[in-house]
Amino acid sequence: MSAFRIAGKGRVNHSKPVRFTFDGKTVQALDGDTVASALLANGIHLVGRSFKYHRPRGILTAGSEEPNALVGTTRGPGRFEPNTRATMQEVFDGLKTESQNRWPSLTMDIGSVNDRMHKLFSAGFYYKTFMWPRSFWDKVYEPFIRAAAGLGKSPTEEDPDHYASRFHHCDVLIVGGGAAGLAAALTAGRSGASVVLVDEQSELGGSLLSEPSIEIDGKDAWSWLDATVAELSGMANVRIMTRTTAIGYYHQNMVGLCQKLTDHMATPPADAPRERLWRVRAKQVVLAQGASEKPLVFDGNDRPGVMMAGAAQTYLNRFGVTVGRYAAVVTSHDSAWYAAFDLLTAGVKVNAIVDTRAQVDPTLVDSARALGIDVFLSSTVTGTSGRKRVTSMTVAPVTDGKVSGGSHVVACDTVLMCGGWTPNLHLFSHTKGSLIWDDENKVYLPHEKTEECQVAGAGRAVWGIADTLKDGADAGAAAVKSLGKSGAAVTFTVSKDRTGSGETHRELPTDGDPGSARAFIDFQNDVQAKDIRLAVREGMKSIEHVKRYTTNGMATDQGKLSNINGLMIASDALGRDVKQVGLTTFRPPYTPTTFGALAGYHKDGHFEITRKTTIDSWAEEKGAVFEPVALFRRARYFPQGSEDMHAAVNRECKATRTSLGMFDASTLGKIEVVGPDAVEFMNRMYTNPWTKLQPGRCRYGLLLGEDGYIRDDGVIGRLTEDRFHVTTTTGGAPRVLNMMEDYLQTEWPDLKVWLTSTTEQWAVVALNGPNARKLLEPLVEGLDISDEAFPHMSVADCTVGGLPARLFRVSFTGELGFEVNVPARYGLQLWEMLWEAGQQYDICPYGTETMHVLRAEKGYIIIGQDTDGTVTPDDAGISWAIGKAKPDFVGKRSLARPDLVASGRKQLIGLLTVDPKTVLEEGAQIVDDPKQPIPMKMLGHVTSSYWSEALGRSIAMAVVEDGRARDGKSVYIPMPNGVIEATVQASTVFYDPEGARLKL
Amino acid sequence: MLLIHCPYCDKELPELEFAYAGEAHIARPVDPSALSDDEWRDFLFIRSNPRGTHFERWRHIHGCGRFFNAARDTVTDKFLTTYPAGEARPDISKLTGSKA
Repeated sequence: MSAFRIAGKGRVNHSKPVRFTFDGKTVQALDGDTVASALLANGIHLVGRSFKYHRPRGILTAGSEEPNALVGTTRGPGRFEPNTRATMQEVFDGLKTESQNRWPSLTMDIGSVNDRMHKLFSAGFYYKTFMWPRSFWDKVYEPFIRAAAGLGKSPTEEDPDHYASRFHHCDVLIVGGGAAGLAAALTAGRSGASVVLVDEQSELGGSLLSEPSIEIDGKDAWSWLDATVAELSGMANVRIMTRTTAIGYYHQNMVGLCQKLTDHMATPPADAPRERLWRVRAKQVVLAQGASEKPLVFDGNDRPGVMMAGAAQTYLNRFGVTVGRYAAVVTSHDSAWYAAFDLLTAGVKVNAIVDTRAQVDPTLVDSARALGIDVFLSSTVTGTSGRKRVTSMTVAPVTDGKVSGGSHVVACDTVLMCGGWTPNLHLFSHTKGSLIWDDENKVYLPHEKTEECQVAGAGRAVWGIADTLKDGADAGAAAVKSLGKSGAAVTFTVSKDRTGSGETHRELPTDGDPGSARAFIDFQNDVQAKDIRLAVREGMKSIEHVKRYTTNGMATDQGKLSNINGLMIASDALGRDVKQVGLTTFRPPYTPTTFGALAGYHKDGHFEITRKTTIDSWAEEKGAVFEPVALFRRARYFPQGSEDMHAAVNRECKATRTSLGMFDASTLGKIEVVGPDAVEFMNRMYTNPWTKLQPGRCRYGLLLGEDGYIRDDGVIGRLTEDRFHVTTTTGGAPRVLNMMEDYLQTEWPDLKVWLTSTTEQWAVVALNGPNARKLLEPLVEGLDISDEAFPHMSVADCTVGGLPARLFRVSFTGELGFEVNVPARYGLQLWEMLWEAGQQYDICPYGTETMHVLRAEKGYIIIGQDTDGTVTPDDAGISWAIGKAKPDFVGKRSLARPDLVASGRKQLIGLLTVDPKTVLEEGAQIVDDPKQPIPMKMLGHVTSSYWSEALGRSIAMAVVEDGRARDGKSVYIPMPNGVIEATVQASTVFYDPEGARLKL
Repeated sequence: MLLIHCPYCDKELPELEFAYAGEAHIARPVDPSALSDDEWRDFLFIRSNPRGTHFERWRHIHGCGRFFNAARDTVTDKFLTTYPAGEARPDISKLTGSKA
């Protein structure tokens, strides 16, 4: 039996011991414990070091709002997680946990020197300290900040777990399984509505788990809870999900739920997902999220052993653990008095109850005195002592908000504090529902709703179990009614209820120097009361600025404990009313959520699809090196033996230019444009004239945006009068089709045209090289492919090796070229046939890299590489593709825009380095005079650059200001190891400028 | 995630099936060459960007593939109505009650 465990008490299983480790030491626990309750059962309060000052910190709460007790957990090989809330992690045999933010150990931490220098680390410390000298920014300051940032360590291994996701629809989703949520669920469930009830804890009950002495309908709270859960579980229309956090509330009543499935198991079932993300679309949502207990702000309120009074009550009643031997209480709310009574009944000595209020319910005061507890009303706590565990607290009387008498010391090993309760508004705020300040209770409450939801219970400051049950039942009934169903609110009789009220404060009065008080508001980010006041003094007027300057509420707990305390202090410092200062914005997720849960099934191969052509498997067998092109993977080159890319590409280029190369061009986008108005549609979309293009002939097509910039290009064949075979760039196909559909549907709905994506219908093999026709001619039936009968830029249907084919005579290499299109299912068959037949010509398969080199030698542009969305046809040197006689086409008017006809535009030109062996780097900047002072004026940049095996030298294309006017002139490319000189060539064509090789 | 009513499919479907396509009721001029540079600039680039009701285009790209128009509140993100492309702008005072 652990030292602080009470035999038989609580909801843990006393007959089922569990062992786990904390910082390597074995901890005895019971089934049903959290890491926090098990550590407390063994008298361990010190569990971590704080973020900035490395102050020793203990367990503050018993729930998901915990700011301090964050630990690293290891749930087996590869399953390490940092910053796990010790208050939420359930124990199991074999679990390993470790403290964080300390070195070399938790008790001996070098970083705690920060605490002694705390005056250096005030609000805005980063902004003030890491300013000068400038040379320190990246060498000294950034490494320092990065090393100091964060609490836990990131996992180093790939996450071995998998994660699931699901959609769900229901009538009523109830968030929170406490008294209000259970009452709502009973009411909605009995009406027959489909109900989902979720709670982040391992079991339903909420605050009832900590309040077993209350009686409902004649039963003690836990018996009532058992009966209620049994009834709900028995309803086919009710789904209960525990360990499930509603992380975000989105439009139209969609709530995101993260369900933890295996983190509490010693041996999870094989293949079980760790977590499941639910997207629930509910007709009605009931928010029964409850409230979080606020700390009081006083010097030393962060020492291990200082904790929330409600948390101590939970550890006692739910887990059978006393948090100390002799406690002192400081509170501004009645609830802490009941916590003190419970602890005292369990054998803990309660040395004092200090209440900030002058007037407290006399029955509480009388009960306390009758139990032998010293009571101090209208009093404050001015400090605590003890380094790794609190040993005493100092109490002083207060009159008119000031310390008005001598202080005295109360010995204690635990301080229970309670500064009132903050309704949990997070999910309501996600919907942009407005909040209203309740001056009586000093809390923000939900106000105007934007979604179909009800808020019930402590989440809207309803206090006491009787009122909360009624409020939940009413919310359930309201939800049912708005569904058009009938169902009366379930009613309850409650006795031994613990009602109460309290006050909300800024930092407590002190007789010491407030500037040296260590009174914390945000425990996780180490923000103190004086930081807020400093931020206001330094000019932060908006609460959003105060938040960012001090980082108050910006830790992973999103200020669940600190928001209202920060607001009260800021409001006081600003001299403005709280409701005028306002609250900062809550954003999803409610609690930290794993990337795994959000990613769900979308990882590895399922993260993004990899499109493969029908010929891909052949390339893989031949050892091709692939590269991604849009969603496709394409063979980049086919290395032989020990070839590197350059050797392979040089060989592939040479083979294609001297004999025959074959290339898988299946990824090219293809759209069929069909209909009586197809030619008119093409005339309006593309820059080129299409009317006179004869069926059976092809033309290079250029597509602009309405702004006049180049969007896409490709060869377009006219198959018949009313049918065009449009090709697009590999990545551009969906965009082009969308653009065409947009114009067709919304601008020209009168045109009779149909658009069909045929990209995946066709497999395409490009044959290029002087021997291309020799290979193809014997295989083609039904078509004369001689130069006279089937000249460059022709298209026709035929058969190739018996396969039905659409044959193009086109070239993207400058060589005699054909592109054989066959139905996709024949793609591999065609490829292998051509490969076999091509052996006599030493046919060479080539990849995208060789394709790039060959096209660059001919000066053919690649959209997105040589253009960037701000390049006009004239900039690219392809004004010849514009049908100047056409009255209109998409983008035509823009070509006359003042900026597009101005001089000084960047133009695409060829570049030849003075040293032919130097290959420029793509993206390198170009200048006129390398001796000018830095920053130099950039003229443009290199867009394409390769070694040309055919020319025996390097070639490049670049966009350069007034580039064509610089023909023959030198430009310079400054690089880290020297300046490279190059000569501008107005034409981008480097190889066979007459195009003789196309006409074989 | 929003649910969007496709006026052609007549179904409320998840936002994932749709693609946004900019402000609605900006027709391409019949004769762009007749427009001054300023008028053409306004057509190309100048948008209303209102706080409140915004008329905008959507495409049911992963469904029927058709473009339609919508009136949506840019503060709440909520759709007031959707209607087929080519139909006149609906009377918003009727959709939002009296406040327009």
